[in-house]
Amino acid sequence: MSESEELISEMGRIGLRYGDAPPEVLPTRPDVVIVRAGSVVVKAHAPGTDREPLVRRMRAVRHPVLRGILLDPVTEEVTEVCGRLVTVWPTGVPVDHDDPDSAPWEASARLLARLHAVPAGALPPLPAAGGPARVGKTVARLDGGTAAGRVVLRAFDSLAAFLPGPGGAPGPDARDGADLLAHGDWHMGQMVRLHGEWIILDTDDLGVGDPAWDLSRPAAWFAAGLLEPQVWHRFLDAYRAEGGCAVPPHGEPWERLEVPAQAMTVQLAAAAVAAAGREGRELDEVEQVLVDTCQRIVQFRRACHSVPTQ
Amino acid sequence: MQCPKCRGNMRTYERNGVHIDQCDGCRGIFLDYGELETLTRMESQWSQQHATPPPPPPPPAHGAPPAWGAPAPHYGGHYGHHRQRSWVGMLFST
Repeated sequence: MSESEELISEMGRIGLRYGDAPPEVLPTRPDVVIVRAGSVVVKAHAPGTDREPLVRRMRAVRHPVLRGILLDPVTEEVTEVCGRLVTVWPTGVPVDHDDPDSAPWEASARLLARLHAVPAGALPPLPAAGGPARVGKTVARLDGGTAAGRVVLRAFDSLAAFLPGPGGAPGPDARDGADLLAHGDWHMGQMVRLHGEWIILDTDDLGVGDPAWDLSRPAAWFAAGLLEPQVWHRFLDAYRAEGGCAVPPHGEPWERLEVPAQAMTVQLAAAAVAAAGREGRELDEVEQVLVDTCQRIVQFRRACHSVPTQ
Repeated sequence: MQCPKCRGNMRTYERNGVHIDQCDGCRGIFLDYGELETLTRMESQWSQQHATPPPPPPPPAHGAPPAWGAPAPHYGGHYGHHRQRSWVGMLFST
């Protein structure tokens, strides 16, 4: 039996312990394994996930102050199976990928606003939220040998002052505000419906940090012209109406969103260019839009730095 | 003359000194050498005669994308590709 078969079969056994149906593997991203057993799913976290931060996050996510906001695990236990960290969660219904228009933008925004209102001090101590550190990691996997790759690297360099250094140390101009709670990796794939209500899942990147990063994907998509303005404003208005603290309650949100949205554009473009390189194909139109936006970020940052002459 | 696109019959019209060949089938239009330039010249003469001062550039609207965002004229062009695999993938994944 191969190692992955052994992992899946052991995850199935864990699933049967808590669940109520024969285990089946669900499709997910390549570095994660999800096995469903009826009402529960068993998750093997990405290889290389550190145990200690995950244990702290699992403990924090069980806190009653997060009920109805973040998915509550079936058990806070973190098991090790075939060298992988494994956790158990209730099965929710994700957004239909074939019907992106049904995405719950308002419900997501309200839940994020409520999450950001939770004082991190009310929870067991948490590590730093994911987000800023992932940008550099994604860019590091990029082959700078193509014209598009070079544009992405230039855009990343123009943001270096705002991002963690290679060792994960905060950049010199990184925003203070580390007492706030952030999900750390929010996107539409993190939304599921459970007992008829939307809820946010995935605790892998939960931590203290700048909550504006949780809005960085939709902000980047809107800025790039990929997300319809109406959808973006539905999302932003719902977030503000719920008292979300990541942006000012009125007026332009970009002072707070600029750096996270630009950094996320760089990350998405880096992932896209790397994927196209791996698959030996040209960038598609959506991917090209991200690279073009990186080019404008370079120009924007250059203009920010140039000192007007008298 | 036969339409180079659909092989339909092309009919010749004259409009203000410009010969236009239009296909009866697909309604496509063929211009002879120099006719496009003639049209452009006539258009610019027309707009000079009817010129109104250009409107001042609109102030950045509230809720507009940031300065580094997609330029306005292209704005809206990408939404049609919403069903593209890479867009849906990005919407739902890390």
